[in-house]
Formats: sequence, C-alpha cells, structure tokens
Amino acid sequence: MKRFLFLLTAISTGALAADPEFLLVIRDHRFQPAELTVPAGTRVKLRIENQDAAAEEFESYTLHREKIVPGKGSALIFIGPLSPGRYPFFGEFHEKTAEGVIIAK
Amino acid sequence: MFAAAVIVFREVLEAAIVIGIIAAATRSVPARGRWLAAGLLAGLAGSALVAVFADAIGAMASGLGQELFNAGVLGIAVLMLAWHNIWMSSHGAALAAEARTVGGDIRDGRRSLSILLVVVGLAVLREGSETVLFLTGIAASEGSGSGPMLLGGLVGILAGAAVGYGLYAGLLRVPMRWFFGATGLLVLLLAAGMASQAALFLIQAALLPSLAAPLWDTSALLPVNSVLGMLLHSLVGYDPRPAGMQIVFYILALAAIAGGMGLANRPRRANLRKGTA
Repeated sequence: MKRFLFLLTAISTGALAADPEFLLVIRDHRFQPAELTVPAGTRVKLRIENQDAAAEEFESYTLHREKIVPGKGSALIFIGPLSPGRYPFFGEFHEKTAEGVIIAK
Repeated sequence: MFAAAVIVFREVLEAAIVIGIIAAATRSVPARGRWLAAGLLAGLAGSALVAVFADAIGAMASGLGQELFNAGVLGIAVLMLAWHNIWMSSHGAALAAEARTVGGDIRDGRRSLSILLVVVGLAVLREGSETVLFLTGIAASEGSGSGPMLLGGLVGILAGAAVGYGLYAGLLRVPMRWFFGATGLLVLLLAAGMASQAALFLIQAALLPSLAAPLWDTSALLPVNSVLGMLLHSLVGYDPRPAGMQIVFYILALAAIAGGMGLANRPRRANLRKGTA
C-alpha cells in the first residue's frame, strides 16, 4: 500500500510539473479574480488560497469539481482538459458572494 | 438560515441513505442497533478529528491529500459493501428462513455487522467532516449572528436523517420474499456509485486520466442539485456529467460484486437441486 501511494505521488508530481498553474484567492468570501482565463484543451492546475478564517468549498457543476479549502489555507485542483467556453464556479459555503467563472480559450 | 439548512442537508443526505439501507439490510441480525450506533458515534468522532486536521490532510501528497483521503475512504467502503453482499449471497437465505439460528450463524452475522459498522462510520466520517467545517466556519466568522445559521444546520441534519429513516421504514415494508434481493441490489448500486465517486477524486488529483469528460451531459434534464438528482446521486451514484473513467469504475465494481455474489450463490443452489432429486 505504501509503495502504491508512493507510486501515485510520483506520477502526480510528474503531472504537476507539466500543467500550467493559475491562482485564485478567496478574501471576504469573494473569489479574486472573479474571471479567470485558462488555455483550452490541456489540463490546468488551479491553486486556491483562502485568506478568510472560515473554510470554503470550491464547487463547479460544469467543471465537475468540489473541494474544501480550509480557512487560512490553500488547495490544489486539477481541471480540464476543457473545450472552449465559460465554466461558472462558486463557494458552496458562501454562495451569495463567492462566485466566479473560468473561461477556457 | 435556509441556505445553511440546504447545505447541511446535502452533506447529511448521503450518509443518512447509507445508514438507512444498511439498517434495513441487517434487520434479521440480533443486536444490530448497538453496532449501527457505534458506527455512527465513531464516524462523528472521526469527523471532528478530520475537520481539526483538514489543513494537514489537505497539505499531504503535495496538496492532494484531501482527494487521496476521500478516494481511500470510498474505496474501503466499496470493499466492505462488496464483502457484505457476497457473504449475504451464501448465508442470506438461511438468515431469512430462521432469524434466530444456532451459534455459528449468529457469530457469522456479527462478523458481517462489524464490516457494516465500518461502512456506516466511513459514510459519516466523509460527509460529517465537511459539515463540521462549514458549521465551525459560521460560528467563527459570523460571531453573534451565527445563531440562526446554526439552527438552520440543525434543521438540515434532521431533514437528512428523516429521509434516511423514511428509506429504512419503506424497505421494511418490502415483503420478505423480495427483501434480501431488494437490499442486495441497493447495496450493489451504492457500492458502484461510491467507486465512481472515488474515480472522480483520483481524476481531480490528476492521478487518473478522465477519458472523455464529460461522457454525456444530462444536467439540463436532471440537475444533481435538484431533490431527485440528489437522491439518485446518493442511492445509485447518478452523475449528470460523468467522466469516462467514472463509468469504467462503476461498471467494474458492479460486475465484480455481482460476479462474486453469483459464485457464492452457486454451491447452495447445486446442493438444493441435489437434495430435491
């Protein structure tokens, strides 16, 4: 099992190096930037930094992703490869303010 | 308050459905109530721990700890459910025929129960830790205004538990003739749905390719945030935009467990035929 986990980690770090990375910041229950343009047709690494004290859950139906971002913490999410288009996302724990869209070009 | 209730309901629903099905599936095993309660309590305690260490877990495996943790929890639950179903295929008929049999069967029944206790614990652990993070976040950030939100959370928990209980009560009304078939099928689909979810976490962590994502899109027809969509998601693993790899996992789990059940069932059938000849 340990060896298997190690293998998984090795594969993932290999993947980490190749994928372009983008940063999203959560502050006062809002995403910054609220509009993020990423390349289409390739897997993209999204780093989400939560500067609030409260935890947030990054969620997107169209991206098919869901991940907890602890308060004063950060999280890593891989998305795509996406076809060109708009992909709305939101913070499930503060849905009224935490909204954004990823634009794949 | 309403928003908080909906969020907590969504988190609680999945665990409540798992518990409802398992409570029904084990109706004929003595002392199952204590086992289920123990699983529930262990899951709640685990939830609090996971919530406290969310940061540390998330930071493991270069930031992909949460995905590995979730996929691991789901994977163990799938194995346990598979084991239960295959075991029931060889012993279920005996349990159904004579609810209180001699020592050996009861001991076997206990072993099966302890497996299901783990599944209950894991289901509560996964959904519970997110609920704890959400509610403690509210309590921390809203200060004195957090009362109504926490009350909403309580409403959400009760509503989720009510659905789980409804499912349980409904299953108990199924005639005994079809009962083990019905619960066996539900456990089978539950396990397949969990396998597909585990695949999604591994895709999210870039440990698996998605193969065609999404393979199809029925989100306009039946969105997963609708009540029916949520129920079907928890019950049979409905996903409006599945990745190809999720379908591969779903079908593999379904085929492996159904195959195991068929194999476990065969010797008994053969014996029966011999007995009547």
